Amino acid sequence: MTGRPCAKPQATKVAACAAFVVLVLLSICIGAGEFSPRGLFTDPQALELFLVSRLPRTVAAVLTGAALSIAGLIMQALVRNRFVEPSTAGTAQSASLGILIMTLFFPGAALAVKTLAASILALLGTSLFLAMAHRLPPAQPYLVPLFGLVYGGVIGAVVTFVGWQTELLQYIDIWTNGEFSGVVRGRYELLWGTAVMLVVAWRVADRLTLLSLGRDVSIGLGLGYQRTLQLGLVIVSVISALTVTIVGIIPFVGLVVPNLVSRIMGDNLRGTIPWVALSGAALVLSCDILGRVIRYPYEIPVATVMGVVGAFLFLYLMFQRSAHA
Amino acid sequence: MIVIENVSLSHRDTPILRDIDLSLPRGGITALVGPNGAGKSSLFSLIARLQPLQKGRITVDDMPVDTTPSRTLAQRLAILRQDGAVANRLTVREIVGFGRFPHHRGRPAAEDLALVDAALSEFDLHSLADRFIDTLSGGQRQRAIVAMTFCQGTDYLLLDEPLNNLDMFHARQLMRCLRTIADERQRTAIIVLHDINQAASYADRIVALRDGRVIADGTPDDVLTEDHLESIFGYRMKVEHMNGKPFVLHHL
Ligand SMILES: Nc1ncnc2c1ncn2[C@@H]1O[C@H](COP(=O)(O)OP(=O)(O)O)[C@@H](O)[C@H]1O
Ligand SMILES: [Mg+2]
Repeated sequence: MTGRPCAKPQATKVAACAAFVVLVLLSICIGAGEFSPRGLFTDPQALELFLVSRLPRTVAAVLTGAALSIAGLIMQALVRNRFVEPSTAGTAQSASLGILIMTLFFPGAALAVKTLAASILALLGTSLFLAMAHRLPPAQPYLVPLFGLVYGGVIGAVVTFVGWQTELLQYIDIWTNGEFSGVVRGRYELLWGTAVMLVVAWRVADRLTLLSLGRDVSIGLGLGYQRTLQLGLVIVSVISALTVTIVGIIPFVGLVVPNLVSRIMGDNLRGTIPWVALSGAALVLSCDILGRVIRYPYEIPVATVMGVVGAFLFLYLMFQRSAHA
Repeated sequence: MIVIENVSLSHRDTPILRDIDLSLPRGGITALVGPNGAGKSSLFSLIARLQPLQKGRITVDDMPVDTTPSRTLAQRLAILRQDGAVANRLTVREIVGFGRFPHHRGRPAAEDLALVDAALSEFDLHSLADRFIDTLSGGQRQRAIVAMTFCQGTDYLLLDEPLNNLDMFHARQLMRCLRTIADERQRTAIIVLHDINQAASYADRIVALRDGRVIADGTPDDVLTEDHLESIFGYRMKVEHMNGKPFVLHHL
């Protein structure tokens, strides 16, 4: 681990941006069905395919990746632990419980209403997790993620059990196993809500950094500690609810991306939030593209690909850490 | 002026502070001394509204600490906690810069940046300014946190064992720096010290706490007598005088 922020941050940033643009282009060009960018201007069918399917799918992957990484980053600041993220610590599971409840009792509700219910459940579930995590002894940092895994696991089990009892298991699979193949025009636009959350997060970046310095430092510097915690919880919950409802759970993004960026650029969120978002978008895009090409023309869900890629990235992070600790 | 009236604190029926009455006028250095567990840090956390008051009243410049907006208080009073460890990957300059947060709320003006630079110089941190704090030694880290507290630029500074981990050079420098801002800018430092001779040399007033009670309060000459020291720390130590100031041979 270097003592100073990355020696060539400029070069790294340019490379990241270039990689991102290439991935976006790839994502637009790859998929079942013939498509070439030139056709956009000459072939109305190609334009239709672009507008109905390729563009929405690419936008959805970008928004989801950016939002999930920022949600992970904020959750880590709230809990003051680098190894938690919404998809393992109960937030995403609570959101899917919310959708399940809506599907059971108000099957006709609009997607936006279901998302709202999912947000509320996610907020409750995450608040409870945070309250308990703050009681765990800070001297044992691995307790918090372990506790989160158990907590998320229990809520996830409740969702599965209820789904099994009510024969809704195949629906549940849609929310728990994230994929973009169902994303077409008219079915993903709610995801733009995550962009709003990203803007809010960037605006309050300094306050979130202060939160990560702990309660005493925050209060000593005049931060409204409780209010900032609540704001952070809302951002995390809304992002989780939106992505779970529309795409499904994607593991590891919120965990590995903030850690990788922190390693290079540090933890001052005002500076790092755009790069965490960009890297998250790039990671999810690449996994989605991989899922489309590995068994072409069949697709592997992005959550499955991310499970493998993310696990390797996580192992890399762990071994890097112990080599430098 | 900080006024503490009739303040008591207990934790699950264990008394931690008992009927503390103290007033600390503006300007000067007050050393808070006492054995481990006397309640010094607890008193600080009450003054700095880090935990709720159970009984009594504390005001800072006539503002009650429990009802005044946190931000207003943060512009008057800064606290350095005893265990103020920062584990984040922030550079020293970023950490020190956060000391200005109560004034600019995230949009530092030129004046704020200048004050950060001044604090970096004051605490000998310029060569470390762009290093991540998690790569520094304990003493270097402590200096960065102290510099952040200074940078807050408040009239009142509560420093809980700020000399922890500091070498002699930097400990002396910190005490001299406190003396300067107290004398030249009428600022007020209340500082928990375990090195009683630092208190003897630099403090205007010494308040001694034991078992949650104030058991001695006065100038260094008044407090640093063999009888008082024995009642505070529980053993007898010799007190000499050097250059007109008491010098405690506490280690013999
Ligand atoms: N959170 C806490 N829970 C229980 N007891 C505490 C807590 N904080 C402090 N105490 C007790 O309060 C007493 C005073 O502690 P403290 O103010 O830290 O002392 P000092 O700073 O003078 O060493 C000690 O006996 C300590 O055990
Ligand atoms: Mg203490």
